[in-house]
Amino acid sequence: MKKHILSVTVENKPGVLTRVATLFRRRGYNIESLAVGETENPSISRMTIVVNGDDRIIEQVTKQLYKLVDVIKIVDISEEKRVERELVLIKVKADATVRTEIVQIVEIFRARIVDIGRDSLIIEATGDSGKIDAIEDSLRPFGIIELVRTGKIAMVRGGSRG
Amino acid sequence: MKLKGAQILLRCLEEEGVDTIFGYPGGAVLPIYDALYDSNIRHILVRHEQGAAHAADGYARATGKVGVCIATSGPGATNLVTGIATAYMDSIPLVCFTGQVATHMIGKDAFQEADITGITLPITKHNYLIERTEDVARVVREAFYIARTNRPGPVVVDLPRDVMENVIDYESDKEEICIRGYRVMKGFNSGQVIAAVDLIRKAERPVIYAGGGVISSDASLELRELAEKRKIPVTTTLMGMGAFPSNHYLSLGMLGMHGTRYANYAISESDLIIAVGVRFDDRVTGKLDDFAPHARIIHIDIDAAEIGKNVDVDVPIVGQVKEVLAAINQRLDSVEEYTEWHKTIDRWKDEYPLVYGAPSEERIMPQHIIEVISEITQGKAIITTEVGQNQMWAAQYYKFKYPRTFISSGGLGTMGFGFPAAIGAKVARPDLPVFDIAGDGSIQMNIQELATAVQYKLPVIICILNNQYLGMVRQWQGLFYKGRYAYTDVSHQPDFVRLAEAYGAVGMRIKDSSEVEKAIREALEIKDRPVVIDFWVEREADVYPMVPPGKSLIEMLGGD
Ligand SMILES: Cc1cc2nc3c(=O)[nH]c(=O)nc-3n(C[C@H](O)[C@H](O)[C@H](O)COP(=O)(O)OP(=O)(O)OC[C@H]3O[C@@H](n4cnc5c(N)ncnc54)[C@H](O)[C@@H]3O)c2cc1C
Ligand SMILES: Cc1ncc(C[n+]2csc(CCOP(=O)(O)OP(=O)(O)O)c2C)c(N)n1
Repeated sequence: MKKHILSVTVENKPGVLTRVATLFRRRGYNIESLAVGETENPSISRMTIVVNGDDRIIEQVTKQLYKLVDVIKIVDISEEKRVERELVLIKVKADATVRTEIVQIVEIFRARIVDIGRDSLIIEATGDSGKIDAIEDSLRPFGIIELVRTGKIAMVRGGSRG
Repeated sequence: MKLKGAQILLRCLEEEGVDTIFGYPGGAVLPIYDALYDSNIRHILVRHEQGAAHAADGYARATGKVGVCIATSGPGATNLVTGIATAYMDSIPLVCFTGQVATHMIGKDAFQEADITGITLPITKHNYLIERTEDVARVVREAFYIARTNRPGPVVVDLPRDVMENVIDYESDKEEICIRGYRVMKGFNSGQVIAAVDLIRKAERPVIYAGGGVISSDASLELRELAEKRKIPVTTTLMGMGAFPSNHYLSLGMLGMHGTRYANYAISESDLIIAVGVRFDDRVTGKLDDFAPHARIIHIDIDAAEIGKNVDVDVPIVGQVKEVLAAINQRLDSVEEYTEWHKTIDRWKDEYPLVYGAPSEERIMPQHIIEVISEITQGKAIITTEVGQNQMWAAQYYKFKYPRTFISSGGLGTMGFGFPAAIGAKVARPDLPVFDIAGDGSIQMNIQELATAVQYKLPVIICILNNQYLGMVRQWQGLFYKGRYAYTDVSHQPDFVRLAEAYGAVGMRIKDSSEVEKAIREALEIKDRPVVIDFWVEREADVYPMVPPGKSLIEMLGGD
């Protein structure tokens, strides 16, 4: 079992996300994460889907996805040189006694503080999964009140398109 | 020209060459029905929307054209669902129109609102909810295009009432269809064809395993050419019945769970399987690990996702069966040899023919009825089936000679399919006798369509193999549940003869073997209404041979 990142371009129309999600559910494939957004062409969206499976499963996923009329192109970029990013917002308990410590952590991870409450801070961080996991681990001891994390987005390095 | 959405819809249907629609009206489709009233398209009023979907399906299977049905919003649309799923599983081209509440009411739980595009998402090739009258023409053309090209399948088009009522300026344009995410498969990989030819030349024990794709690709002639050129025995799936003549000396009949022993032995002993338009269904392969253990496999299919889905193959060829077989045939020379392989198969055929208990005066054997129909019609009839033992006996004992003459729900196994499908087939092919081989259980699932068949004077012949059981389920209970026949006795049933008569059809009851042939001949004489023949058959006849679930193809029960 291996993690695969599929970069899927689809029609930017209502219901397309449901079609993709339904296909995964019906065929029993598990989506680990999924991020969707418009591309440079507003009639096309890109889904970045992270899915676990051996080559056979990924081949089936890809072929079944291609059968969806609204799916335009699928590229498995797992083997490509690429930039990967996730974004996380973490609301952490932060009274005066620990603020300095938290600010140091934020600096180490090159994250940002985007909201300051009386006893809490909201921290924004972007990076690959490893970095996001690490900042989450470092902040956990202070008490995480809330955490929101996006799915992964990715782009192939260099001039070619994914 | 100023036209209502509904009028545009009908113009588009006419342009698509639609001559018949099966449907049932209701509030949300009133504008469409109003437009239909002025149209040359024939509308067949069914008595239940499920009947409309199956009839459109039967029409499509009998002709190869796209079948069309229509239902109102909410319950009308949901009543189509079983029919849509049936067509989806068997890759049958349908376009199903459903009414929908007006666009501004969608999502408000309006009266008779059902999210039919959501409901049918996993059982359609594609579906549409049209939101603007301007899109009607494009969507309808795309729907037909998608339904009939590549691997065929059902497409649902949901039509909100206001979209159908609105008037717009409309000019028909024949713009080329362009769907970014959908390309029609053309050609094939000729390197793979050469590899296939090479394997065929070297094979000593080849078998052709042919299925529904041969029929949908209209490739029976090419299939026959390949078989005859290289003297390769042919077995077909249930969906492939008729793709190769059953009385041909190279025919092995059906394979799989209720296939012939010789077909299953041949597959299991083969060194090369040429799989043509098939999907390695579990009813065919039995236990996967033991399927064709000695064989290399060539797999020809239009749907790349079918390649390697269940079974690893050596030479996959994605393309139209017809084109690929023609290319293979072109590269192969004829052989005349009668090899050890043929001798072995002949021996199996002699040793293990299909057999059943002898009929007598008091005992009608259901298999005998099928043989008599086969004898009388000589393959020149359309045989639809319900689901269960009736279906398997029809496949085993009728000698199919032509494609599109066997119409049966294979993938979903939908009881209640056969009779409305027979109506659709009869509408499409009035020149051929049409029989529905039925069980007494299944026929009651869409018996209301007798009214339709009577109204339109459709002389469909329903042969009920009446065993007063849900026979196929009873058979499994007998074999695997110690004979505990839990809730499969359906001897509490209507008098089918009087029921037929109440509808205005002809009813006959046959309890004596010697009357079987006469009854069928009499039924064939009736040209203006349906006939129901209630055959009282041996109650506990079983379908054999049988590969028990989870077993390999050589572990068959019965028929030895
Ligand atoms: C009670 C019961 C018992 C059954 N027992 C048996 C049994 O014993 N034996 C048996 O065989 N079946 C049996 N079936 C039917 C079984 O469930 C399947 O429906 C059937 O085996 C599938 O047939 P197929 O492989 O030909 O595929 P189909 O469902 O007909 O699929 C056709 C294949 O061809 C491809 N195709 C379509 N068009 C083209 C084209 N133009 N060019 C190339 N490829 C194309 C499609 O992509 C698909 O892969 C039974 C069903 C029931 C209800
Ligand atoms: C709609 C539906 N419900 C239930 C089944 C399960 N099932 C498969 S065969 C069968 C028995 C069919 O009985 P009958 O129509 O009398 O035919 P027989 O097997 O006796 O020929 C049943 C209940 C089914 N295939 N379809």
